[in-house]
Amino acid sequence: MTSFRSAALAAVGLAAFLALWEAAPRLDLVNPAFLPPPSSIPAAFAREVSGGAWPRAVVESLSHYVVGLGAGALAGIALGLASGMFGWFESLTAWVVRLLRPIPGLAWVPFAIIWFGVQPSAAVFIIAIGVFWIVFFATQGAVRGVDRDLIEVAQAFGFRGPLARLTKILLPAATPGILVGLRTALGQAWMAVVAAEIFGVPGIGARMMQASSLLSTDIVVVYMLTMAALYGLFDTGFVALQGWLLRWRA
Amino acid sequence: MSSTMSSTQPPIIDIRGLSLAYARDGRRTEILSALDLAVPRGQFLVIVGESGVGKSTLLRVLIDLAKPSSGTVRLETDPGTLTPMALVFQDARLLPWRRVIDNVAFGLERHGLSKPERRARAAAMLKLVGLSDLAGRWPHQLSGGQRQRVAIARALAVEPEVLLMDEPFSALDSFTREGLQDEIQRIKAQTGKTVLFVTHDIDEAVYLADRVVVLAGSPGRIAADVTLAPPRPRQRRDAALVEAARHLRAELSRRSAEL
Repeated sequence: MTSFRSAALAAVGLAAFLALWEAAPRLDLVNPAFLPPPSSIPAAFAREVSGGAWPRAVVESLSHYVVGLGAGALAGIALGLASGMFGWFESLTAWVVRLLRPIPGLAWVPFAIIWFGVQPSAAVFIIAIGVFWIVFFATQGAVRGVDRDLIEVAQAFGFRGPLARLTKILLPAATPGILVGLRTALGQAWMAVVAAEIFGVPGIGARMMQASSLLSTDIVVVYMLTMAALYGLFDTGFVALQGWLLRWRA
Repeated sequence: MSSTMSSTQPPIIDIRGLSLAYARDGRRTEILSALDLAVPRGQFLVIVGESGVGKSTLLRVLIDLAKPSSGTVRLETDPGTLTPMALVFQDARLLPWRRVIDNVAFGLERHGLSKPERRARAAAMLKLVGLSDLAGRWPHQLSGGQRQRVAIARALAVEPEVLLMDEPFSALDSFTREGLQDEIQRIKAQTGKTVLFVTHDIDEAVYLADRVVVLAGSPGRIAADVTLAPPRPRQRRDAALVEAARHLRAELSRRSAEL
């Protein structure tokens, strides 16, 4: 199939989806208060932007997202590298990992609120936990999968310490695998953003809960689409970064 | 037939009583047994033998990738040298995330040289192997022969006194292989380095070597030690080389018949 034809089909599909969505409340198949038609969304969006709520919520959520993602990813890469490099570290942590890993990120919400209060740091904590495990396992697996022959090259040229092994071979060789984990984490972290904010930490999630309690469903849809757009933006940016970092690959 | 150098100078590598064994499934497997080998400075020494006789293991011991069970290796290398030895592997083993020039500079990164100095040295080595034009390429963009040239440049860049080569041309097509055989002879003549070259190809051995050592048996021992006099540059069909190859083949088949 040509790319033009598939793009045209995708446009048709989207138009049909919007048309069905528009028709359902207008033909009174559903209560418009429960499902606002898409034509009402631009006006709701304009109100939110001019009132200042939208930019504030986006900045708040983005700051949780970026800090939580950064902290979780850094910790995941660091411990994943240690675990992939040193057998003793992997053994030491094996049962702790088994114990903690199955606990969903959201199960940490009670402790997040007790430890940090209903504060941005609580949201950051919950986001970071979800990101941590994904990046940790991706990094550990990537380091274990590094070609032994390349490590031997480093040794043959006198790079024998763990730090040299890490910087000369393991980290660059594991980068593709780490990036795959990070990309998964990028999506996972958005889920955690909303979940964390629904408990009251100011941001997109909190604003959505406010709107929903007032039955302002059009505003809820505005923020749902906002998240889709922000995720799309980050993912596109990340894929570009990934392509640049891995430009050495065939 | 021994050169005058070897009689006046101590050998650059002096291996005495070298054995290497490892335990697998509770059984002890001996790879090398009581090997004695002295390599005079500047010699092109080729080690031939069937696979599994410990040729590669010997090189791995020399560059400290494998520990001998017993025996000693004495090196008479200049204490001021950056790296006494460098190894060219059978497969080029370039680091795929580095451009060609940075692959060549790799070994220089622990010698306190600035990046421009490293780049300059690497560029000189790329010129030596005739690949200056490819400095900015990624390894995956190179042919097999080009990759192996880059690996040779990478080994030479650290200015080793001894160049170790572990079947470096065996994975290449015959046309590329012959080109690289001529190239390594030219580089040897230009730099005067001592070369320890491992191969299972007897024709390659006699074409390149000042001296051929045959390893045979399990564990590997020295079965023959032949000095080759024909002057360089050599002709592939030189009668003396053809005769030497015939002699080595006979020696190898006699040895394997004994086992």
